[in-house]
Amino acid sequence: MSIKINHLTHIYNPGTAFEKKALDDVSLEIPKGQFVGLIGHTGSGKSTLIQHLNGIISPTSGEILLDGENIHKDKAKLKEVRRRIGLAFQYPEYQLFEMTVYKDVAFGPTNMGLSPEEIHESVLSALQTVGLSEEVYEKSPFELSGGQKRRVAIAGVLAMNPEVLILDEPTAGLDPRGRDEILQAIKELHEKRGITVVLVSHSMEDVAKLVDRIIVMHRGKAAMEGTPREIFAHVEELEKMGLAAPQVSYVFAELKKRGYDVPTDVYTVEEAKEALLKLIKQVKA
Amino acid sequence: MIRDITIGQYYPAESPIHRLDARVKIVVTFLYIVSLFIVDTIMGYVVVTALLGLVIHASKVPVKFMVRGLKSIMIIILFTAVINLFMTQGEHILWTWKFLTITAEGLYMAVKMCVRLVLLIVGSSLMTLTTTPIQLTDGIEYLLRPLKKIGVPAHEIAMMMTIALRFIPTLLDETDKIMKAQQARGADFDTGNMIQKAKSLIPILVPLFISAFRRAEELAMAMEARCYHGDENRTRMNVMRMQGRDYQAAVMTAVYLCIVVGLRIAAGHLTFMI
Repeated sequence: MSIKINHLTHIYNPGTAFEKKALDDVSLEIPKGQFVGLIGHTGSGKSTLIQHLNGIISPTSGEILLDGENIHKDKAKLKEVRRRIGLAFQYPEYQLFEMTVYKDVAFGPTNMGLSPEEIHESVLSALQTVGLSEEVYEKSPFELSGGQKRRVAIAGVLAMNPEVLILDEPTAGLDPRGRDEILQAIKELHEKRGITVVLVSHSMEDVAKLVDRIIVMHRGKAAMEGTPREIFAHVEELEKMGLAAPQVSYVFAELKKRGYDVPTDVYTVEEAKEALLKLIKQVKA
Repeated sequence: MIRDITIGQYYPAESPIHRLDARVKIVVTFLYIVSLFIVDTIMGYVVVTALLGLVIHASKVPVKFMVRGLKSIMIIILFTAVINLFMTQGEHILWTWKFLTITAEGLYMAVKMCVRLVLLIVGSSLMTLTTTPIQLTDGIEYLLRPLKKIGVPAHEIAMMMTIALRFIPTLLDETDKIMKAQQARGADFDTGNMIQKAKSLIPILVPLFISAFRRAEELAMAMEARCYHGDENRTRMNVMRMQGRDYQAAVMTAVYLCIVVGLRIAAGHLTFMI
């Protein structure tokens, strides 16, 4: 399922003193199965953009096409759109409300009108995907740790079996271990089920490591897009937008400056390791 | 949608009314409300409305904002009008249909009550529109101070009001966010019968309460960390001081009250003014 965004503009509080243009003529395409990273400074329009994708907010002008069909054409189909495009908001654990973890995860599929067997199946599969063990299923979600709560909330979205998964900073405020676990679960989902993933993130490291394509938002516009390699080659432009390249690339830029023969397009720790080992061998020889 | 709620909204502007001392504004508003119940003649209402119009003009708050405040109480106004229209007994019957009767007295009462209510709401919302919530609660605290002697916790009441007002926008934002998150999971707030609609509120209310308690706890902690311990020995950054314009406003209010009371007494003797 492909998502196409045509000339999307969104203005908050139009006609009042608080009027704000959050999105300005954005046109994008997200093909099926791609892992997309959405980066941008605070207030650049990322959150507004992703909330349009499943029809939670309506565009001021422009349209969002899902397999060629405008999602706002038929209001009755919006629920189906929201099932197919799962959206996990920032700090999703604040939406938990049920008595048990199991019931909370079942909220989405129940709303979608699935049969009890289907609900049971999707809840279990969602909880397993995010790596929660069976002993927590009947616990209250409020007893869990922060990282576990976050995973329950993400499972709540996954349980609807979406074809596209949008995550707004899923790792914000988590410790390194919680962060790795969630990113690992997302990566597996993408690889095994082939679902399209849109990851909003402030961490250039995470984006460099995971995604196929980056979209950079700046002042309500899609300022740049391309593969991580293409995007991070424009460090200066990124820095002007209040962003940066992954930290390792700065290390390599500095090494180059000090006269070592290293590549400067190194963006992940893995690549960095390879390049450094090669350099060490060269120096020894 | 949820942002349309405008309880105690402040309209920032540079005007003589905005600059007035909050205490003066509270007392003047209170006297103004009392005056509305003294006025009893058409002439009196003309005077009150004209004066209110002048004050609104001086405050630079657009009339649009006043009207918006009235919208929310439209039902109460209509209800009052209908009750007065049909329930007032009188001699001059204008219209009857089965058990319903409209008398001239009823019509007069209905119009009078509506005008009173509108003047009351517009007048008091003018105070909240021109005074920041902080100034307002400071003013209330000062005015409640004499009651401390009989055990009224003036400072605590004012602090609670400040905090409550401060959290209205925060909680509205939070509600908006939670609603969107549940909608993304297929929650439906608009369709279904009364019971289904009430049930659909649970996924909003539970997270909202939890977050409100969490915020309350965090705020209490932050206040204690800065050694807040209530009223004793506390000094203020902005000390309220009466100035020339405040005394002018007080004198003008006194004159206004004299006129209103005068009109009332005059009406007693000169019945043709009704």
